[in-house]
Amino acid sequence: MGYYTGLSGISLAAVVVGAYMLFHDEGEDFNIGRFLEEVSPYTWATLGIALCIGLSVAGAAWGIFITGSSIIGGGVRAPRIRTKNLISIIFCEVVAIYGVIMSIVFSAKLANVSGDELYGPVNFYTGYALFWGGLTVGFCNMVCGIAVGITGSSAALADASDPALFVKILIIEIFGSVLGLFGLIIGLLIAGKAEDFKAY
Amino acid sequence: MEGLFFNVDSGYIEGIVRGYRNSLLTSQNYNNLTQCETLDDLKLQLAPSYGDVLNNVPSPLKTSTIATLATSKLHSEFLYLRSVATGTLRTFMDYLQHGYMIDNVALLITGTLHELDTSKLISRCHPLGLFEGLSVLCVATNVDELYNTILVETPLKTYFKGLTNKDLDELNIEIIRNTLYKNYLEHFAEFCRTAEGIAGSPCQEIMEQILNFEADRRAINITLNSFGTELSKDERKKLYPAMGKLYPVGTYQLGNAESNEAAIAGASTVSEYADFFKQATMMGQQKSLEDLFYKKEMEIMKEVFTQQFTYAVVYAWLKLKEQEIRNITWIAECIAQNQKDRIGNYISIF
Repeated sequence: MGYYTGLSGISLAAVVVGAYMLFHDEGEDFNIGRFLEEVSPYTWATLGIALCIGLSVAGAAWGIFITGSSIIGGGVRAPRIRTKNLISIIFCEVVAIYGVIMSIVFSAKLANVSGDELYGPVNFYTGYALFWGGLTVGFCNMVCGIAVGITGSSAALADASDPALFVKILIIEIFGSVLGLFGLIIGLLIAGKAEDFKAY
Repeated sequence: MEGLFFNVDSGYIEGIVRGYRNSLLTSQNYNNLTQCETLDDLKLQLAPSYGDVLNNVPSPLKTSTIATLATSKLHSEFLYLRSVATGTLRTFMDYLQHGYMIDNVALLITGTLHELDTSKLISRCHPLGLFEGLSVLCVATNVDELYNTILVETPLKTYFKGLTNKDLDELNIEIIRNTLYKNYLEHFAEFCRTAEGIAGSPCQEIMEQILNFEADRRAINITLNSFGTELSKDERKKLYPAMGKLYPVGTYQLGNAESNEAAIAGASTVSEYADFFKQATMMGQQKSLEDLFYKKEMEIMKEVFTQQFTYAVVYAWLKLKEQEIRNITWIAECIAQNQKDRIGNYISIF
């Protein structure tokens, strides 16, 4: 219910503002092309880096708390699971490390270029590449972290009730953690084609 | 989606409950228990799961002591979980307690009618259903008094809908108890349909299945037990919960039934229950319907643990543990009274 109210409110506001601009002969102020040309490539690049590391860390943290609380709970009656299941935590942590690595690779492309010299085609390409590359990596890692976290929590509880199940669920978990690696590879490919920022 | 946020509040509790479930007695354990010659042997066999409460009991052990101590252990575990629980799970666990409260209220009023000592009655109440003011219940002589003086302060007040002023006699107490339970089940089901964190999740599905089964079982039991009593058909119809697989067709037939056969035909509109009646008549010698229902319930509870991220595990654990206590008490009673040939009549599913 609240979802639909919010949605209709936003669309109403958009229609009012759009119609106002249209009828006051200001319709061309809404210009996506000019927006893309005027926004500094630095904005795109740094946004990409921020999203890459931010989403990765959020995903890893999310996975760790899902797994962690189950390990704590399951460990009360079966203390033997606590050391073995640290591996699930490590799997989640790896996802954050992917994000850190990619952010370092991305930020190596940054260099100081001043004034109008910044607005060249190569710099635009680098800016967009870092933005979408960062978004790809960050989003992949976030989903991967959650997947590993939920599987890890199941692994901990399954291990507590039957130790023979641990390895079997661990294999599922490994497949889950490979998902993040896919994002990392694509991110590297995108960033590989982008050159460093330079002056024109 | 429930996996994303469930562990924020309840991951720890779920882990603990699963730990508790893993320490339930298995059929191997039960086999060992049935081999015991004396209650002291039994105590020794129970040491892994009940050692902490049973070890300090001096030697001439009584069955009632075992049952009481086992129940108090269950109670303390439940209290611990409840103290850690927050939000929806807290309310969910409150609902679990309400069922026991209703039983206690009925027990106390019945006991008072038979002029039994109140303090003795209190000690026979289930500890999960104790609440403040329970001991003053016995001053009430009719439903209005019962409601206005005592129960209006307790969580049970919402379940009094549909009860008119009546004197408290044996039949009416049963009516009160079943009406309370009917309203309780309907409220609980409504809670599971709407509560944040349960609505739309597998937990809702599981709880619906559990509560529907409970409702059907009550409807069938009420019908079978009402034959030969003063309970009129109209009054009986009011006691059926408006939910479950039998509702509305099966309950309508049950409501009009005048004999065992008609009741069985009504209940058999659901094929599961038809099987129960067939089995019960086939087994003939007292593998009673009640036992079959208990067994089915325990199987449902066992299945609950195949689903993660649900509150229903708390419910399932509570019921499994209760059954375990009933089993132990049964075995202990058989050993104490030397009735070894009936000792196998316990329900074990692990």
